[in-house]
Amino acid sequence: MNALLTIAGQEVRAGIRNRWALATTLILAALALSLVLLGSTPGGTTGASPAAVVVVSLASLSIFLVPLLALLLSFDAVVGEAERGTLLLLLAYPLARWQIVLGKFLGHTAILALATVVGYGSAAVLLVATAGQGATGPSAADWQAFAGLIGTSILLGAAFAALGGLASVMVRERATAAGLAVALWLVFVLVYDAALLGLLVVDEGRLVSGALFDALLLLNPTDVYRLINLTGSGAAALLSGMSAPGEAGALPLPLLYGALAAWILLPLGLAAVFFARREP
Amino acid sequence: MTSTASELVTLAAAGKRYGALTALHPTSLTLVAGETVALVGHNGAGKTTLMKLMLGVIRPSGGQVRIAGTDPAGRRGAQVRRRLGFLPESVAFNGAMTGAELLGFYARLKRAPAADNPGLLQRVGLAEAAGRKVATYSKGMRQRLALAQALIGAPELLLLDEPTSGLDPESRAEVYETIDRLRDRGASILISTHALAEVEPHVDRVALMHRGRLLAAGTVAELRDRLPLPLRVRLRVRHCTTGRAIDQLAGYAETLWRGADRLELAVDPADRAALIHDLDRLREIVEEVEILAPGLDALYCRLTGDPAPLEQATAGETP
Repeated sequence: MNALLTIAGQEVRAGIRNRWALATTLILAALALSLVLLGSTPGGTTGASPAAVVVVSLASLSIFLVPLLALLLSFDAVVGEAERGTLLLLLAYPLARWQIVLGKFLGHTAILALATVVGYGSAAVLLVATAGQGATGPSAADWQAFAGLIGTSILLGAAFAALGGLASVMVRERATAAGLAVALWLVFVLVYDAALLGLLVVDEGRLVSGALFDALLLLNPTDVYRLINLTGSGAAALLSGMSAPGEAGALPLPLLYGALAAWILLPLGLAAVFFARREP
Repeated sequence: MTSTASELVTLAAAGKRYGALTALHPTSLTLVAGETVALVGHNGAGKTTLMKLMLGVIRPSGGQVRIAGTDPAGRRGAQVRRRLGFLPESVAFNGAMTGAELLGFYARLKRAPAADNPGLLQRVGLAEAAGRKVATYSKGMRQRLALAQALIGAPELLLLDEPTSGLDPESRAEVYETIDRLRDRGASILISTHALAEVEPHVDRVALMHRGRLLAAGTVAELRDRLPLPLRVRLRVRHCTTGRAIDQLAGYAETLWRGADRLELAVDPADRAALIHDLDRLREIVEEVEILAPGLDALYCRLTGDPAPLEQATAGETP
């Protein structure tokens, strides 16, 4: 078996063994299921399907939760091994450093993917089961939006798993990496958008053009995720009230996916470079 | 420096600095295929740094390191490491995994057949504990699991960093038994240790290290010749005859200590024949003789300037 898959497999096995995979799945499932149960109440009068309501609510909450779970999984990938004393032995094996970084990333992403598919998938199952009682069942567009939600949530998780991995190779102590992970979460999930909003208020449309605003949104993976899920499809855009933040929101979908991919590949590449220079 | 076919490891003036700290001064050392060498020194002597250089996990600040002619820290480093087995000094494993799972993981990384794993576990006496989580293992068991992973894929070169540290005497003996079997099989082994006397019977050569420098390397006999240390002679004589014994041996023996019926002398190894001759002449007063040859530990202490050498009894007689 390939060294990359061996590392990834070991990471998944460890995740299952220490119940991280289970905890992550349960958290996402609990969130999704409670939203399905709550979401079926306000859907009636607006004419929106319960599925669309769930997608929008779930996307909004995923922005907080998925990055947090991804960072928690990945922040000690390398620094944890160094601190526990298992890194030197791993490095003595016939594999390249980038294989360790990438293998661990793949393992973490696999755990997140499993948790997202099972967790959010259980919500989909519940939606179908309850559809018979409601007036409108989930349409094809709803399913597409739901599939998109699961897919982009995995990509969002992957981006933060890559960022956590980068934090993990850059520092010498696990506690520092944990602090860095918390800082990453605060910045990308809370501070960045608040700062951007503040900038718009202060600027009053003088300097920050629509194009610049779009570009600034691309500099935050959670904003990219938000743009894909909350403005992407018609029903979701209508519900989320994010269909037209000024002239923004007009970014083409391929560009948004490209930006999300860059948010995965760039930290990963940097992590590989930093790790290659690290001396155990 | 050109490496010959039989030179498995070549260090040519290889050194390692971390900022202002010099972990290893420029060191030249070769290891011939099939040879077992002990790397002896206190903590901080540079032994682990030397091993890390050989594994290619760190790059030398100067000089070069070659394993079978290849740079272990270079592009083909992974190929080099496939031929190596490494036992780290402080052994740590993910405690949530079982011994068999961990060995399987390391075997896959080395692309070694999984079918060999039960045999390896058997060899280190962990066959019965293989299905248990490593968190439940004793330190000795973890050390043996670490030894098992070092043996994966029948490596040509084994780097064992303090393989017996923290083990009970029985486990130590088992580790040395394994080392001896590997030597018979033709593997090259580098053992780092500070227990020189203990490792001496199991190695071909000894490399003494101190504070990042290689002080001396050679066979034990070579090192003894290079650094002649006096023999210690302990005598028990009939009461109140120590003076007579001292007079008889005065030509070459230095009196270190004397009591009413006991005497300790330092004698140059070159005067061993004269000593035995004179002891024979003193046989009516000498009741017990003990001749102590300087052990390797004493050599090491002499080289490093540390006091309190350990001694090793090589001869004892009671006339």
